Amino acid sequence: MANRLMISTGNEEFLERISEMSGQIITLCEQCGVCSGSCPMVSEMDITPSQMMRMVQLGQSEVLRAKTIWLCASCFTCTVRCPRGLDLSKVAEALRQVILRQAVDHIDIKALPRDELVELPQIALVAGMRKFTG
Amino acid sequence: MEPDIHKFPYYPGCTLKTTARNFEVSALACAKKLGIELVELPRWNCCGTVFSLTDDDLIHHVAAVRNLIRVQEMNRDGMVEENRLVTLCSMCFNTLKRVNLLVKENPENLEKINNFMYLEDDYEGNVEVIHFLELLRELDPGAISQRVERPLTGLRVAPYYGCLMLRPREVGIDDPEDPTIQGAILAAVGAEVIYNSYMKVCCGSYQTVNDKSAVARLVYDILSHAQADGAQAIVTSCPLCAYNLDSRQKEVREIYPDFEQIPVFYFTQLMAVAFGFGADLCGFDPNQLVPEHLLK
Repeated sequence: MANRLMISTGNEEFLERISEMSGQIITLCEQCGVCSGSCPMVSEMDITPSQMMRMVQLGQSEVLRAKTIWLCASCFTCTVRCPRGLDLSKVAEALRQVILRQAVDHIDIKALPRDELVELPQIALVAGMRKFTG
Repeated sequence: MEPDIHKFPYYPGCTLKTTARNFEVSALACAKKLGIELVELPRWNCCGTVFSLTDDDLIHHVAAVRNLIRVQEMNRDGMVEENRLVTLCSMCFNTLKRVNLLVKENPENLEKINNFMYLEDDYEGNVEVIHFLELLRELDPGAISQRVERPLTGLRVAPYYGCLMLRPREVGIDDPEDPTIQGAILAAVGAEVIYNSYMKVCCGSYQTVNDKSAVARLVYDILSHAQADGAQAIVTSCPLCAYNLDSRQKEVREIYPDFEQIPVFYFTQLMAVAFGFGADLCGFDPNQLVPEHLLK
């Protein structure tokens, strides 16, 4: 007898919301793991990119607590390699945006050391603020 | 013989006017030598730095489109006769090109953005966003090497591409897995090109704001592999990659005490040396590590 994973109604809503925001058909992911094998940040992550995709497929909103969604640097390595043509960077961004749109910032710009602020190139600061603040 | 000058609209972006001045100075001088005049967009604004990746976020594409309208105006006003907008910074390139593709493919989105900026002319979708490296690739074979006065013979340089000029595929200017566009230029100015598989691995990008040690570990992987393959210097075309690969070497040494420093340049700085330009146009930072070979 085949094992079946059941998705309850609430969980389906989460999957639908992330699919809509990211524009990705997340259910296409077949868990091959190419993304996790390609990700330069994977050793820093608590769940792998493929686990992130699986959690979204199953509508597990706990994925929002994963460090992984903030460690994705939008380098698009998985994007060019995914055999299903999925853009995981868009999924990670959608997950970040769910949090940031509640006006919950991931970094506190005021807490950055002054010498860092002086030295960092503008594109680092602006990109950091775009990705980590709402 | 000096070449005929062709004018291109040029988008500098914030970082080329500040921490990456040396990139702009060296690039403009090299371009001129090759018959390319980069004419700065009047009243340009921030490109947005990163392309907004959610499907319901049009407002973050407005800034990029406004810059594309400036290119239309430059053509209308006779400042240039050229719809290709040249960028140097890989982040600006990626953001402007992706937004341009998005609005060209989605007329409805473009209409919304045009309506939102009702005080501006409508963007008509006729601009093409390119990277300066693409212009160099288009030149006649030999155009660069013919102008070399001081070939970089014997200097072993690893081109570093990073992410945003290669990925995603629809905006990349080269094979995302096996890029050669920078290496070809280094070879044309006489350097020995060191290819290695880490040349397209992310440097950590803006994570540098939030997680220096994660960035330092990536930088170590990238630099130590290039060094193991014999590289004496790294070149790049992204001011954020350049910052991470260069300035984060301090943090790399804290984690890996045996790590030896390696200089990082913009590809245009090495072109400027090879073209025989003075120190002002090569843009070496007084505190920067520069191989003796380049200072002779």
